[in-house]
Amino acid sequence: MNIPEGLRYTKDHEWVRVEDGTVRMGITDYAQHELGDVVFVEIKPAGTQLKAGDAVGTVESVKAVSDVYAPVAGTVTEVNAELEASPELVNSDCYGRGWMAALTLASTPDLDALMDAAAYRAYLEQEAK
Amino acid sequence: MAFLPTSPDDLHELLSTVGIRDAEELFARIPEHVRFRGRLRVDGPMDELALRRMFRAGASAVVFLGGGVYRHYIPAALDALSSRQEFLTAYTPYQPEISQGTLQAIFEFQSMMARLTGMDAANASMYDGATALAEAALMALRAKPLRRIVVTRSTTPSYRAVLRTYLRNTPGVEIVEAPFDPATGRTDLDALERLLDSEAAFFIQQPNYFGVVEDLPAVSAIAAGSGFWGVVVTEAVSLGLLEPPGSSGCDVVAGEAQSFGNPASAGGALLGFFCVKKEHVRRMPGRIVGLTRDHAGARAFCLTLSTREQHIRRDKATSNICTNQGLCALRAAMYLSCLGPGGLREVALQCACGARALMQALQGKGLRPVFSGAVFHEFVVRMDPGTRARLAEAGIVAGIPLDPHYPELENALLMNVTEMNTHEDILCLTRHL
Amino acid sequence: MPDPTPVTSCPMVREPLLSELSGPGRNGLTVPRPFAAGRCADIPAALNPPALPEISEVETVRHYTRLSRLNTGIDQGMYPLGSCTMKYNPRIGEEIASRIADIHPADEAALQPVLAWLLDLKATLEDLCGMDDSCLWPAAGAHGELTGMLVIREALRRRGDDRHKVLIPDTAHGTNPASCTIAGFTSVNVPSGPDGFLKAADLERHLDGDVAALMITNPNTLGIFEQEIDRIASLLHANGSFLYMDGANMNAIMGIARPGDMGVDCMHLNLHKTFGTPHGGGGPGSGPVLVKRGLAPYLPDPRIVRNAPGGIGLVARSPESIGMVHSCLGNVAVLLKAFVYCLSLGPDGLREASIRACLNANYLKERLKKVFDLPYPTPTLHEFVLSDRVQKVAGVTTVDMAKALMEYGFHPPTVYFPLVVPGAIMIEPTESEPVGELARFADAMGDIASRAETSPDLLHAAPRGTPVERIDEVWAARNLVLTWNDLNPSR
Repeated sequence: MNIPEGLRYTKDHEWVRVEDGTVRMGITDYAQHELGDVVFVEIKPAGTQLKAGDAVGTVESVKAVSDVYAPVAGTVTEVNAELEASPELVNSDCYGRGWMAALTLASTPDLDALMDAAAYRAYLEQEAK
Repeated sequence: MAFLPTSPDDLHELLSTVGIRDAEELFARIPEHVRFRGRLRVDGPMDELALRRMFRAGASAVVFLGGGVYRHYIPAALDALSSRQEFLTAYTPYQPEISQGTLQAIFEFQSMMARLTGMDAANASMYDGATALAEAALMALRAKPLRRIVVTRSTTPSYRAVLRTYLRNTPGVEIVEAPFDPATGRTDLDALERLLDSEAAFFIQQPNYFGVVEDLPAVSAIAAGSGFWGVVVTEAVSLGLLEPPGSSGCDVVAGEAQSFGNPASAGGALLGFFCVKKEHVRRMPGRIVGLTRDHAGARAFCLTLSTREQHIRRDKATSNICTNQGLCALRAAMYLSCLGPGGLREVALQCACGARALMQALQGKGLRPVFSGAVFHEFVVRMDPGTRARLAEAGIVAGIPLDPHYPELENALLMNVTEMNTHEDILCLTRHL
Repeated sequence: MPDPTPVTSCPMVREPLLSELSGPGRNGLTVPRPFAAGRCADIPAALNPPALPEISEVETVRHYTRLSRLNTGIDQGMYPLGSCTMKYNPRIGEEIASRIADIHPADEAALQPVLAWLLDLKATLEDLCGMDDSCLWPAAGAHGELTGMLVIREALRRRGDDRHKVLIPDTAHGTNPASCTIAGFTSVNVPSGPDGFLKAADLERHLDGDVAALMITNPNTLGIFEQEIDRIASLLHANGSFLYMDGANMNAIMGIARPGDMGVDCMHLNLHKTFGTPHGGGGPGSGPVLVKRGLAPYLPDPRIVRNAPGGIGLVARSPESIGMVHSCLGNVAVLLKAFVYCLSLGPDGLREASIRACLNANYLKERLKKVFDLPYPTPTLHEFVLSDRVQKVAGVTTVDMAKALMEYGFHPPTVYFPLVVPGAIMIEPTESEPVGELARFADAMGDIASRAETSPDLLHAAPRGTPVERIDEVWAARNLVLTWNDLNPSR
């Protein structure tokens, strides 16, 4: 299971990367693996204001539809347009070209509530039991 | 016993494999106080001959009945083809490798319904036109934040009733009816426009319940002021003659396709259909068949976008619909294939001409249509109950009374003519007037 | 390994689409022309004829005949689909139903005998289920569920008690929570006990003043009788809540136990399951709703009633009804077929059908538990659930085995449901299956289990010998071609 250092993680299997004042997010390797081949991604448009835990969109495979939640409070600034034609990027490159949304942060403290790589790995191991 | 294939020897083998002496032991876990120890109250067992003698039925001699269920010519090939066990007894095509027949046939049904209505996509069917309208309203609510659903008063009464039932528990949404012009029988477009804004969706029936053809291009012009709109079609055969409703730019065309190859059958089984613009495909309720390929690269079909449906999305599904009207949709596709463009147009023309022939004959007896608007194949006349009863006694069912739902239309009757009627029917009626 | 029996008798021919068979002037059908043409100048007719393919009758018949041979039906062999009850579809039902074909629902005189039969069917179903009143109009099980939940909602509203939650066991069919949502409820998941049935003690934890009802299936989708159901009913009633029963599995208990006696307040039946009406490749079905008398006032419009002079009529509006749920009288032809089924069997036959359904299922369970994981040892009735736990060790999953079964001429069982069993394989043979067919199925499953050990890779390639090989569902969802117009936009 690929869990890069330097990212933050949520219990709902989203990842977060901080990039000067904005935050980029997507779903983790574990999540894409559970879903199977992704066929469609729908993210709320730029300008949408969200609280931490609000649904920011859905990701769909042939066997499931999963809600994607905002890991932090913020406003959507960018949505990954590549996913419309190539949803499979979520499977092949979930931390890179498979990113889903960029958000401006409402406040910094939000980030500290998220898990680091080691904590997320431990969380996954716990879940597996 | 009927339909049970196990002999005493077979039963013995089954019991010994299971390791019990008596089948009764299978129910040991059921608490005694909920066990039923009585005898079911049902007649029988009856043999087939007894059943044939018991179930006798037949239509009245001459009928001019429409109102949402229509009598149409059904080509003989349909019974022969749709009764094939591979179609009749097959399960829902969840296992596509052994269901390509059903899947391709439904894909073809979807294609033809989409083309006939002028829309981009169609689903595999709904229960009937009324629930199709209700689901269209629910879809509108998923598409946009809406506070009002406007439906025309000239929409079939049972459809409006079902819509209200389905939306009973949707808080913050009111259902409002747009009136019709009492002279023409068409929807009063000024009144409709006043009810519309970006938080309102509206649905208009074409032709409407009175048989009157609505002015869809004019409706289209005022629709821009609403959040979402749709056209309801209760007589699918009208699609053979009128402009495809989708050309007016509506979001959804939904309704009843029983007219395509399914008998009136005392009101069911019916066939709801649902067609949408491309942007609503993921919101569309019901099953959808899509084209794909197998792993060897051959063209194939399968159910797709299933994740929106109840068995996966559960409480967040687009609808709760599971079993739909599959065999009826198959028959509809067969019907359209048998008739072709010329045949369907001809049937529609015959219906329209027949209605005009009846109108003319009635006018000769002093019975004029209530509405001045051009009709497809149904129209409204006033007929006193005494005359109606006299006709019924002679085996002539003249029409459907409208006053229960339209109290202002006293003694009004909705009369319908299709290609199943003849000149003799009309003569028979007028002779009794 | 036994020679795989081809599932169809069709050579591997790709059947063209109607749009591909179409050609100008090919359709030669003569439609009835009772009226002289040319009187309709006042209609705004479309300039162009409707956009339909032009095909001869010969080619239409061949097209659909060839398509049918790409399918498999219950008349070819067993469909062990759990919770679907794929039993034999009696042809006498088809014949009788065709007799009402020409009757229009507004033809009051002609409708009389039909209404009389529907009243008799109503009484039969109410007696079978131990309920007091019913509505025959819902067109499918899910439609019945929605109707039932709306009835419950109305009952609560009328007593001034607006409750929002419905408890649903984790073994429930997906339509249950979906129906709740449309009825305006929120569904709350309730886990089943370790033995595969609901424990009244566990349920108590979930009860509060906001619980409108519990939706139960009995026997449940594991095939296990919910033995605490009447205690559960008492708890619910004491809490002011209702007990709804999904009647999909009624085939296990006809004449053996009645939901009304278990404390059920409201339920639906699936006529296309228990009562042998044909599945039609996806309907039409029928899902009548049955209630105890307290809920009867809220049943949908219209009501069938006997009139004083001896006729039967329809009361369009009852004051406390939830309104109409269907534009007409539901799927009347299906109702009639179900009635014919009941009359063909009679009281003893219906009971015997359930007994043999349970016996057949237990026979298969005895044979199959030797080679497959049986997650719940609790005794089962008309269906049971296995899992792929044993075969997964070699990398063979439920979907591989389901596809492999097709090579033996069987439609696969229900797979990946209920959700409580990972890799679930739900098997329900029904009473229609002769012993020979059961044995053949058990042999095929046993063969697949041994192939999972010896040659798992071959199973990944299943099915072979079917009209198409394993379908690419991902391609379908990513590319969304839903009509032939998407293939060839100019047509």
